[in-house]
Amino acid sequence: MSKLQILTKGLLKENPTFVLVLGMCPTLATTTSAMNGLEMGLATMFVLILSNIVISLIAPVVPDKVHIPVYIVVIASFVTLLQLLMQAYVPDVYETLGLFIPLIVVNCIVLGRAEAFASKNSVVDSALDGIGIGIGFTLSLTVIGIVREILGSGSLFGWKFIAGDGILAFVMAPGAFIVLGYLMVLFNKLAGKQ
Amino acid sequence: MAVKSNIKNMVLSLTLVCLVCSVLLGGVYNVTAEPIKKAAAARTAASIARVLPPFESEPQEHRTELGGVQFVYYSVEGAGIAVVSTTAGFGGPLTVMVGIGEDGLIVNSVVLSHSETPGLGAKCAVDEAFRGQFEGFDPASKRLAVTRDGGDIDAITASTISSRAYTAAVAQAYEVYKKVSGNE
Repeated sequence: MSKLQILTKGLLKENPTFVLVLGMCPTLATTTSAMNGLEMGLATMFVLILSNIVISLIAPVVPDKVHIPVYIVVIASFVTLLQLLMQAYVPDVYETLGLFIPLIVVNCIVLGRAEAFASKNSVVDSALDGIGIGIGFTLSLTVIGIVREILGSGSLFGWKFIAGDGILAFVMAPGAFIVLGYLMVLFNKLAGKQ
Repeated sequence: MAVKSNIKNMVLSLTLVCLVCSVLLGGVYNVTAEPIKKAAAARTAASIARVLPPFESEPQEHRTELGGVQFVYYSVEGAGIAVVSTTAGFGGPLTVMVGIGEDGLIVNSVVLSHSETPGLGAKCAVDEAFRGQFEGFDPASKRLAVTRDGGDIDAITASTISSRAYTAAVAQAYEVYKKVSGNE
Protein backbone atom coordinates (compact mmCIF):
# COMPACT_ATOMS: atom_id res chain seq x y z
CA MET A 1 0.00 0.00 0.00
CA SER A 2 1.47 3.38 -0.96
CA LYS A 3 1.85 6.20 1.54
CA LEU A 4 -0.88 8.17 -0.18
CA GLN A 5 -3.27 5.24 -0.01
CA ILE A 6 -2.63 4.85 3.73
CA LEU A 7 -3.36 8.53 4.22
CA THR A 8 -6.55 8.65 2.16
CA LYS A 9 -8.16 5.30 3.02
CA GLY A 10 -9.63 6.79 6.19
CA LEU A 11 -11.69 9.21 4.13
CA LEU A 12 -13.63 6.74 2.01
CA LYS A 13 -12.67 3.08 1.97
CA GLU A 14 -12.15 2.72 5.73
CA ASN A 15 -14.09 5.73 6.93
CA PRO A 16 -14.39 5.04 10.69
CA THR A 17 -17.93 6.35 11.05
CA PHE A 18 -19.77 5.47 7.85
CA VAL A 19 -17.97 2.29 6.78
CA LEU A 20 -16.34 0.73 9.86
CA VAL A 21 -19.12 2.12 12.13
CA LEU A 22 -16.75 2.52 15.08
CA GLY A 23 -16.82 5.00 17.94
CA MET A 24 -20.57 5.52 17.81
CA CYS A 25 -20.93 6.82 21.36
CA PRO A 26 -19.05 10.12 20.86
CA THR A 27 -20.39 10.31 17.31
CA LEU A 28 -24.00 10.35 18.45
CA ALA A 29 -23.52 12.32 21.64
CA THR A 30 -21.27 15.20 20.66
CA THR A 31 -22.50 16.13 17.19
CA THR A 32 -25.25 18.49 18.34
CA SER A 33 -23.57 21.25 16.35
CA ALA A 34 -20.97 21.46 13.60
CA MET A 35 -18.40 23.03 15.92
CA ASN A 36 -18.84 20.35 18.61
CA GLY A 37 -18.41 17.61 16.03
CA LEU A 38 -15.28 19.24 14.65
CA GLU A 39 -13.74 19.69 18.10
CA MET A 40 -14.49 16.12 19.12
CA GLY A 41 -12.97 14.85 15.86
CA LEU A 42 -9.80 16.88 16.35
CA ALA A 43 -9.42 15.72 19.96
CA THR A 44 -9.73 12.09 18.87
CA MET A 45 -7.29 12.66 16.00
CA PHE A 46 -4.69 14.05 18.41
CA VAL A 47 -4.83 10.89 20.54
CA LEU A 48 -5.00 8.63 17.49
CA ILE A 49 -1.86 10.00 15.83
CA LEU A 50 0.26 10.04 19.00
CA SER A 51 -0.84 6.61 20.20
CA ASN A 52 -0.30 5.13 16.72
CA ILE A 53 3.25 6.50 16.64
CA VAL A 54 4.19 5.31 20.13
CA ILE A 55 2.54 1.92 19.75
CA SER A 56 4.28 1.21 16.45
CA LEU A 57 7.57 2.02 18.20
CA ILE A 58 7.06 -0.18 21.26
CA ALA A 59 5.08 -3.02 19.63
CA PRO A 60 8.16 -5.19 18.85
CA VAL A 61 9.25 -5.26 22.50
CA VAL A 62 5.83 -5.81 24.09
CA PRO A 63 5.09 -9.43 24.98
CA ASP A 64 2.02 -10.75 23.20
CA LYS A 65 -0.03 -11.59 26.27
CA VAL A 66 0.08 -8.08 27.74
CA HIS A 67 -0.15 -6.04 24.57
CA ILE A 68 -3.73 -4.82 25.19
CA PRO A 69 -3.02 -3.49 28.71
CA VAL A 70 0.16 -1.81 27.46
CA TYR A 71 -1.70 -0.14 24.57
CA ILE A 72 -4.48 1.00 26.87
CA VAL A 73 -1.96 2.57 29.25
CA VAL A 74 -0.37 4.44 26.33
CA ILE A 75 -3.75 5.61 24.99
CA ALA A 76 -5.02 6.58 28.46
CA SER A 77 -1.86 8.61 29.05
CA PHE A 78 -2.34 10.59 25.85
CA VAL A 79 -5.99 11.17 26.69
CA THR A 80 -5.07 12.47 30.15
CA LEU A 81 -2.43 14.66 28.55
CA LEU A 82 -5.03 16.04 26.15
CA GLN A 83 -7.45 16.58 29.02
CA LEU A 84 -4.93 18.59 31.03
CA LEU A 85 -3.91 20.67 28.02
CA MET A 86 -7.52 21.41 27.07
CA GLN A 87 -8.46 22.34 30.62
CA ALA A 88 -5.52 24.71 30.75
CA TYR A 89 -5.68 26.38 27.36
CA VAL A 90 -9.18 25.87 25.90
CA PRO A 91 -11.41 25.55 29.00
CA ASP A 92 -14.58 26.43 27.05
CA VAL A 93 -14.12 23.59 24.58
CA TYR A 94 -13.33 21.25 27.46
CA GLU A 95 -16.53 22.33 29.17
CA THR A 96 -18.67 21.54 26.09
CA LEU A 97 -17.17 18.14 25.33
CA GLY A 98 -16.94 17.29 29.01
CA LEU A 99 -17.16 13.58 29.72
CA PHE A 100 -16.48 12.57 26.13
CA ILE A 101 -12.80 13.53 26.31
CA PRO A 102 -11.88 10.93 28.96
CA LEU A 103 -14.07 8.46 27.06
CA ILE A 104 -11.67 8.62 24.09
CA VAL A 105 -9.68 6.02 26.04
CA VAL A 106 -12.30 3.41 25.26
CA ASN A 107 -13.05 4.67 21.75
CA CYS A 108 -12.71 1.54 19.66
CA ILE A 109 -11.23 3.51 16.75
CA VAL A 110 -8.09 4.28 18.74
CA LEU A 111 -7.50 0.78 20.11
CA GLY A 112 -8.68 -0.69 16.81
CA ARG A 113 -6.03 1.19 14.82
CA ALA A 114 -3.38 0.28 17.41
CA GLU A 115 -4.24 -3.40 17.07
CA ALA A 116 -4.95 -3.62 13.37
CA PHE A 117 -2.37 -1.23 12.01
CA ALA A 118 0.17 0.46 14.29
CA SER A 119 1.38 -2.75 15.93
CA LYS A 120 2.26 -4.24 12.51
CA ASN A 121 3.55 -1.26 10.53
CA SER A 122 6.37 1.27 10.54
CA VAL A 123 6.28 4.53 12.47
CA VAL A 124 5.74 6.70 9.39
CA ASP A 125 2.95 4.50 8.05
CA SER A 126 1.29 4.42 11.49
CA ALA A 127 1.44 8.20 11.79
CA LEU A 128 -0.10 8.54 8.31
CA ASP A 129 -2.77 6.03 9.25
CA GLY A 130 -3.54 8.06 12.38
CA ILE A 131 -3.80 11.27 10.36
CA GLY A 132 -5.95 9.65 7.68
CA ILE A 133 -8.40 7.92 10.01
CA GLY A 134 -8.40 11.03 12.22
CA ILE A 135 -9.34 13.28 9.31
CA GLY A 136 -12.01 10.78 8.22
CA PHE A 137 -13.49 10.74 11.72
CA THR A 138 -13.31 14.52 12.08
CA LEU A 139 -14.99 15.12 8.70
CA SER A 140 -17.72 12.58 9.43
CA LEU A 141 -18.49 14.13 12.82
CA THR A 142 -18.48 17.62 11.33
CA VAL A 143 -20.87 16.60 8.56
CA ILE A 144 -23.28 14.99 11.04
CA GLY A 145 -22.94 18.11 13.21
CA ILE A 146 -23.66 20.39 10.24
CA VAL A 147 -26.84 18.50 9.31
CA ARG A 148 -28.06 18.34 12.92
CA GLU A 149 -27.29 22.00 13.55
CA ILE A 150 -29.06 23.18 10.39
CA LEU A 151 -32.16 21.08 11.05
CA GLY A 152 -32.17 21.35 14.82
CA SER A 153 -31.10 24.92 15.53
CA GLY A 154 -31.38 26.65 12.15
CA SER A 155 -27.76 27.71 12.30
CA LEU A 156 -24.36 26.73 10.90
CA PHE A 157 -21.13 26.91 12.93
CA GLY A 158 -23.02 29.14 15.35
CA TRP A 159 -24.23 31.51 12.61
CA LYS A 160 -28.02 31.64 12.90
CA PHE A 161 -30.01 31.97 9.67
CA ILE A 162 -33.47 31.06 10.99
CA ALA A 163 -34.99 33.05 13.83
CA GLY A 164 -36.31 30.83 16.61
CA ASP A 165 -35.96 27.09 16.94
CA GLY A 166 -35.42 24.39 14.36
CA ILE A 167 -36.70 20.83 14.58
CA LEU A 168 -35.61 20.17 18.13
CA ALA A 169 -35.60 16.38 17.76
CA PHE A 170 -32.41 16.72 15.71
CA VAL A 171 -30.53 18.27 18.61
CA MET A 172 -31.52 15.34 20.81
CA ALA A 173 -30.51 11.68 20.64
CA PRO A 174 -33.23 10.38 18.25
CA GLY A 175 -32.20 12.94 15.65
CA ALA A 176 -28.60 11.77 15.93
CA PHE A 177 -29.61 8.24 14.96
CA ILE A 178 -31.80 9.43 12.09
CA VAL A 179 -29.11 11.70 10.64
CA LEU A 180 -26.42 9.05 11.06
CA GLY A 181 -28.57 6.44 9.34
CA TYR A 182 -29.40 8.58 6.33
CA LEU A 183 -25.83 9.84 5.97
CA MET A 184 -24.58 6.27 6.08
CA VAL A 185 -26.92 5.31 3.23
CA LEU A 186 -25.90 8.36 1.24
CA PHE A 187 -22.21 7.81 1.88
CA ASN A 188 -22.24 4.16 0.84
CA LYS A 189 -24.28 4.99 -2.26
CA LEU A 190 -21.81 7.70 -3.30
CA ALA A 191 -18.79 5.60 -2.41
CA GLY A 192 -20.08 3.04 -4.91
CA LYS A 193 -20.90 0.24 -2.53
CA GLN A 194 -24.20 -1.61 -2.40
CA MET B 1 6.51 -10.40 17.96
CA ALA B 2 9.96 -11.31 19.10
CA VAL B 3 9.60 -11.00 22.85
CA LYS B 4 8.42 -14.09 24.70
CA SER B 5 5.41 -13.83 26.99
CA ASN B 6 7.04 -15.12 30.16
CA ILE B 7 6.29 -13.61 33.52
CA LYS B 8 9.54 -11.63 33.69
CA ASN B 9 9.00 -9.92 30.34
CA MET B 10 5.35 -9.18 31.02
CA VAL B 11 5.98 -7.62 34.43
CA LEU B 12 8.97 -5.72 33.12
CA SER B 13 7.26 -4.23 30.06
CA LEU B 14 4.08 -3.25 31.91
CA THR B 15 6.04 -1.69 34.77
CA LEU B 16 8.26 0.20 32.38
CA VAL B 17 5.38 1.54 30.29
CA CYS B 18 3.43 2.62 33.37
CA LEU B 19 6.51 4.27 34.84
CA VAL B 20 7.30 6.27 31.71
CA CYS B 21 3.67 7.33 31.32
CA SER B 22 3.39 8.39 34.97
CA VAL B 23 6.54 10.49 34.75
CA LEU B 24 5.33 12.12 31.56
CA LEU B 25 1.88 12.89 32.99
CA GLY B 26 3.39 14.16 36.22
CA GLY B 27 5.47 16.60 34.23
CA VAL B 28 2.53 17.81 32.15
CA TYR B 29 0.39 18.14 35.27
CA ASN B 30 3.00 20.44 36.82
CA VAL B 31 3.13 22.59 33.70
CA THR B 32 -0.65 22.87 33.31
CA ALA B 33 -1.64 23.14 36.99
CA GLU B 34 -1.16 26.92 37.04
CA PRO B 35 -3.06 27.70 33.76
CA ILE B 36 -5.92 25.38 34.82
CA LYS B 37 -6.26 27.23 38.11
CA LYS B 38 -6.17 30.56 36.30
CA ALA B 39 -8.78 29.44 33.76
CA ALA B 40 -11.11 28.31 36.53
CA ALA B 41 -10.60 31.56 38.42
CA ALA B 42 -11.21 33.58 35.26
CA ARG B 43 -14.50 31.75 34.70
CA THR B 44 -15.65 32.48 38.23
CA ALA B 45 -14.57 36.12 37.98
CA ALA B 46 -16.42 36.52 34.67
CA SER B 47 -19.60 35.06 36.20
CA ILE B 48 -19.34 37.32 39.25
CA ALA B 49 -18.85 40.33 36.99
CA ARG B 50 -22.07 39.41 35.19
CA VAL B 51 -24.24 39.15 38.29
CA LEU B 52 -23.00 42.11 40.31
CA PRO B 53 -22.63 45.82 39.55
CA PRO B 54 -19.13 46.89 38.41
CA PHE B 55 -16.60 46.54 41.21
CA GLU B 56 -12.95 47.24 41.87
CA SER B 57 -11.97 44.98 44.73
CA GLU B 58 -11.05 41.30 44.66
CA PRO B 59 -13.99 38.88 45.30
CA GLN B 60 -13.53 36.83 48.49
CA GLU B 61 -14.61 33.20 48.48
CA HIS B 62 -16.62 31.94 51.47
CA ARG B 63 -18.48 28.81 52.44
CA THR B 64 -21.58 28.45 54.54
CA GLU B 65 -24.16 25.85 55.46
CA LEU B 66 -27.90 26.17 55.20
CA GLY B 67 -30.30 23.32 55.88
CA GLY B 68 -27.49 20.78 55.78
CA VAL B 69 -26.28 21.90 52.34
CA GLN B 70 -22.92 23.52 51.66
CA PHE B 71 -22.98 26.77 49.69
CA VAL B 72 -20.15 28.69 48.11
CA TYR B 73 -20.53 32.44 47.84
CA TYR B 74 -18.33 35.35 46.92
CA SER B 75 -18.46 38.68 48.69
CA VAL B 76 -17.36 41.82 46.90
CA GLU B 77 -16.64 45.07 48.75
CA GLY B 78 -19.16 47.72 47.79
CA ALA B 79 -21.10 45.51 45.34
CA GLY B 80 -22.79 42.70 47.23
CA ILE B 81 -22.49 38.94 47.22
CA ALA B 82 -22.72 36.28 44.53
CA VAL B 83 -24.16 32.95 45.67
CA VAL B 84 -23.74 29.67 43.80
CA SER B 85 -27.00 27.77 44.14
CA THR B 86 -27.93 24.33 42.79
CA THR B 87 -31.40 22.86 42.46
CA ALA B 88 -32.88 19.89 40.62
CA GLY B 89 -33.89 20.83 37.08
CA PHE B 90 -35.74 18.74 34.53
CA GLY B 91 -32.70 16.95 33.15
CA GLY B 92 -30.33 17.09 36.13
CA PRO B 93 -28.76 19.61 38.48
CA LEU B 94 -29.21 23.27 37.56
CA THR B 95 -26.51 25.53 38.97
CA VAL B 96 -27.13 29.26 39.03
CA MET B 97 -25.00 32.10 40.32
CA VAL B 98 -27.13 34.84 41.84
CA GLY B 99 -25.84 38.30 42.58
CA ILE B 100 -27.51 40.15 45.44
CA GLY B 101 -26.69 43.80 46.01
CA GLU B 102 -26.05 45.42 49.35
CA ASP B 103 -29.61 46.80 49.29
CA GLY B 104 -30.98 43.23 49.29
CA LEU B 105 -32.25 43.40 45.70
CA ILE B 106 -31.27 40.75 43.20
CA VAL B 107 -28.88 42.29 40.68
CA ASN B 108 -28.66 39.51 38.10
CA SER B 109 -28.35 35.76 37.78
CA VAL B 110 -26.52 33.50 35.39
CA VAL B 111 -26.61 29.74 34.74
CA LEU B 112 -23.26 28.08 35.46
CA SER B 113 -24.22 24.58 34.34
CA HIS B 114 -27.39 22.74 33.41
CA SER B 115 -28.62 19.67 31.57
CA GLU B 116 -32.06 20.92 30.53
CA THR B 117 -33.72 19.94 27.25
CA PRO B 118 -32.28 21.90 24.29
CA GLY B 119 -34.79 24.41 22.97
CA LEU B 120 -37.13 24.04 25.94
CA GLY B 121 -35.76 24.14 29.46
CA ALA B 122 -32.31 25.16 28.23
CA LYS B 123 -33.85 28.51 27.32
CA CYS B 124 -33.69 29.47 30.99
CA ALA B 125 -29.97 30.09 30.45
CA VAL B 126 -30.48 32.56 27.58
CA ASP B 127 -34.12 33.73 27.47
CA GLU B 128 -33.88 37.44 28.32
CA ALA B 129 -37.63 37.82 28.90
CA PHE B 130 -37.40 35.16 31.60
CA ARG B 131 -34.05 36.03 33.13
CA GLY B 132 -34.82 39.76 33.00
CA GLN B 133 -37.58 39.25 35.56
CA PHE B 134 -34.97 38.61 38.23
CA GLU B 135 -33.01 41.79 37.58
CA GLY B 136 -33.78 44.20 40.39
CA PHE B 137 -36.27 41.75 41.91
CA ASP B 138 -37.07 42.53 45.52
CA PRO B 139 -37.68 39.22 47.34
CA ALA B 140 -38.74 41.12 50.45
CA SER B 141 -41.90 42.53 48.82
CA LYS B 142 -42.58 40.03 46.00
CA ARG B 143 -42.71 36.23 45.94
CA LEU B 144 -39.90 34.27 44.31
CA ALA B 145 -41.98 31.55 42.65
CA VAL B 146 -43.57 30.98 39.26
CA THR B 147 -47.09 32.35 38.79
CA ARG B 148 -48.58 28.86 38.74
CA ASP B 149 -47.31 28.42 42.30
CA GLY B 150 -48.68 31.82 43.30
CA GLY B 151 -45.44 33.75 42.80
CA ASP B 152 -44.40 36.72 40.67
CA ILE B 153 -42.24 35.06 38.00
CA ASP B 154 -43.68 34.15 34.59
CA ALA B 155 -42.41 30.71 33.61
CA ILE B 156 -41.01 29.95 30.14
CA THR B 157 -43.76 28.44 27.98
CA ALA B 158 -43.66 24.63 28.08
CA SER B 159 -40.77 24.67 30.54
CA THR B 160 -42.43 25.05 33.91
CA ILE B 161 -40.14 22.57 35.65
CA SER B 162 -36.95 24.28 34.49
CA SER B 163 -38.40 27.72 35.30
CA ARG B 164 -39.41 26.47 38.73
CA ALA B 165 -35.91 25.06 39.33
CA TYR B 166 -34.30 28.35 38.27
CA THR B 167 -36.63 30.35 40.48
CA ALA B 168 -36.01 27.98 43.37
CA ALA B 169 -32.27 28.39 42.87
CA VAL B 170 -32.63 32.16 43.11
CA ALA B 171 -34.86 31.87 46.17
CA GLN B 172 -32.36 29.52 47.79
CA ALA B 173 -29.54 31.95 47.05
CA TYR B 174 -31.60 34.68 48.73
CA GLU B 175 -31.95 32.50 51.84
CA VAL B 176 -28.17 32.14 51.90
CA TYR B 177 -27.87 35.91 51.53
CA LYS B 178 -30.27 36.47 54.44
CA LYS B 179 -28.26 34.11 56.59
CA VAL B 180 -24.82 35.52 55.83
CA SER B 181 -25.86 39.18 55.82
CA GLY B 182 -27.41 38.67 59.25
CA ASN B 183 -24.11 37.34 60.51
CA GLU B 184 -21.91 39.96 58.96
